[in-house]
This record gives sequence, C-alpha cells and structure tokens, in this order.
Amino acid sequence: MKQIKVLGSGCAKCVKTAAVIQAIADEHGVPVNLVKETSAEVMMNYGVMSTPAVVVDEVVVHSGSIPDRKKVESWL
Amino acid sequence: MLSIFTDLADWMAYTLFGLLPGSKLGGAVHFFIEDTTKIFFLLVLMIYFIALIRASLNIEKVRDYLAGKNRFIGYFMGSIFGAITPFCSCSSIPVFLGFTSGGIPVGITMAFLLTSPLINEVAVLLLLSLVGWEITLAYVLVGLAIGIAGGMFLDLIHAERLLQPFALKAYQSANPATVAERANTPKLTAKERHDFAKHELLDILSRVWKWVFIGVGLGAALHGYVPVEWIETNLGSGQWWSVPMAVLLGIPLYSNATGVIPVMESLITKGLPIGTTLAFCMSTVAASFPEFILLKQVMTWKLLAIILALLLFSFTVMGWSLNAVSFS
Repeated sequence: MKQIKVLGSGCAKCVKTAAVIQAIADEHGVPVNLVKETSAEVMMNYGVMSTPAVVVDEVVVHSGSIPDRKKVESWL
Repeated sequence: MLSIFTDLADWMAYTLFGLLPGSKLGGAVHFFIEDTTKIFFLLVLMIYFIALIRASLNIEKVRDYLAGKNRFIGYFMGSIFGAITPFCSCSSIPVFLGFTSGGIPVGITMAFLLTSPLINEVAVLLLLSLVGWEITLAYVLVGLAIGIAGGMFLDLIHAERLLQPFALKAYQSANPATVAERANTPKLTAKERHDFAKHELLDILSRVWKWVFIGVGLGAALHGYVPVEWIETNLGSGQWWSVPMAVLLGIPLYSNATGVIPVMESLITKGLPIGTTLAFCMSTVAASFPEFILLKQVMTWKLLAIILALLLFSFTVMGWSLNAVSFS
C-alpha cells in the first residue's frame, strides 16, 4: 500500500490536497495510507519550503500547490 | 486612462442612484464604486503580467541565492526578495525553516519575512495608481529599510539563540554547500508561463477580494463621514503621540496590503500626515497576531516579543521622521 503524506500547516489548500488525493485514489480503487502532517519540524526534514507538499513513500513529489488530477494519478 | 473609473462612479452614484454630489453618502458611495472597479481592474492586469515574468522565480532559488552570501548584501537582498516574492503567510514557517536549515542567518531570513507582507508588486502598483509616486517611493524605501535594519539588529543580538531548539540545531548543522547543488529549474515554455500566471491570478484574487471590499468600504466611510477638520485638529503632525497611537491601533487590526491601501488613500486625502498614515498601515499589515502565533512554532516567546517591539519601535520612529521631513 502506498504511504502518502500531505505536509502543510493546516491551511485550506492542504486540507483540499488531501481530499483530492483520497478521492482520486478511491475512484481508481487504489488503497492508500494517507496522513496529514502539520509539524514544522517534519517539513524541514523533508526540505519542503512551500506548502501543501506531497510525500509518496518517503519521496517529496510535489510542493507549493494543490496537485492536478494527472499528477495525482501518476503517483498511484 | 484611469479616469473612466471616475466617470463610471459619477454615473452610478449620481445618475443611477440619484445621490447628491457633495453629500456624505454620495461621497462615500462614489469612492466605493470608483475604487473597487479600479482596483479589481488593476489587480487582474497586474497579477497576470507580473506572474508571467515571475514564473521562473521560486522560493528555492531565492534560498540558494541567499545561502553563503556576504551578510550585508544578504540583508539587502533578503529584503528585496521579500518584496518581489509573494507567498501566503501560511508558508512563512516552512520558508523560515528552509532558510535556517540552509545556513542562512536569522537576520537575513527575518529581513525577508518582515519585508514580504509589506511590499509586493500588487501593493506598489496600487499605491502608484491611487496615491502617486512620491508616497509609493516613501512606502517602498521605508519597507525595505525596516526589513534591513530589523535583520541586522536580530543578528547583532544573536537571535538564533532564541529559536526553538530543533531550529537552532538545524541552523548549526547546516551545510550551505549541499544546498547549492539542488537548484535546477527547467526553462519554461510560453504555455507553462501562461498556466502559471492564470493560476496565480485566480489564487491571489480568491485570497484578496474580500480585503479589497473591506478596505475600500472603510476608506469610503472615512471619506464620506469623517471631516477633514477633525483629523487636522486631533491627529495632525502637532501631536507627537498620534504616531505611536496609530501603530498600537494597527496591531489588533489585520489586513493585507491590498486592503489597507484604499484606507491609506482616504486618510491621506483627509489630511492625515504621511508619517502617521504609513505607521498605521504598516502596523496593520506587518504586525499581526495570527502571524506571530504561527512563528511561535520556531521561536521562543522572548524572540517574538523582541521582534514585535522592534516593529513597533521602527514604525514609530519612521512615522515621526516622515512627519518631521514633510512638515519642515
């Protein structure tokens, strides 16, 4: 199962990012373990400076915006 | 070119709504219509075109540029980058940590973070079109100066000692050489630039539209209902306490630069001294409680208190000096 983390300080966009990923994963029937991470220290350790950011299996794949559908599908 | 918005407001307020020119309500409604239409028109144009140009500049590039720079160039460039790089205040924590863990001194990071809310391209262009180039220039220079001086001061007192332990550790173990290797952004095509600009436009507009209405609404109320004589007698440059009072009044109020500029326009045309006006507006934009609570994640209360005091002090001194210069 894919481990997906959404990094962000709890802003509206971060919540939306998590919702978008969950919705697309459900649509394709791909099981994912989605976690929202709000700790500043964790963001620093991933080297992320603009939120929301997405980490898939410990690799930062996206940061700074709500990802579009094509991008999300490529992670699943 | 911008006079069509005055004509539009003339027509709507006086012909369509049948209000009397010169009446309180008429003046306020006219101000509201003229400024909202003009501001939204300018915002759409400016955000789009500036985003086209700015598409290839991102926060990672800024960090890589600032890492390992000479301190004094660092304060200056940190402040300049703060002015030209827009970012949502919810990103200030990751940006702070990204800079700090890249080995950039706290003072340079804070020069960036202090200037960022004060100056941005939207604010500058709005100021130019609403209050003229002299005040715009004063605003930009003061904003940069506060960022630079604030940054220097924080390094002078070794503010990094007052960071949260994990942030201090990241700063001390930073290795700027490894950071420099990460910067590689591919060249953008015209289509990618357009997409970026369109996205920025929608994103910024969705965040600032309510501030425009609130700001213009307040500006309009001031414009229509507060008499010029009252401001001159009670808040003129003769009263030394009016500047610190304006600064204190600005703290609990929170707005972004886009919302405060219409208020500024109204206060200045009402005869409020320029120093007092800027002190109030900058305090509203830069010293806000939500922002400070966020920064608590990476700083101790002591450092937060120092930064708040620093801002209040510099806004007050700036207000007094500008009042002294413009009235001598």
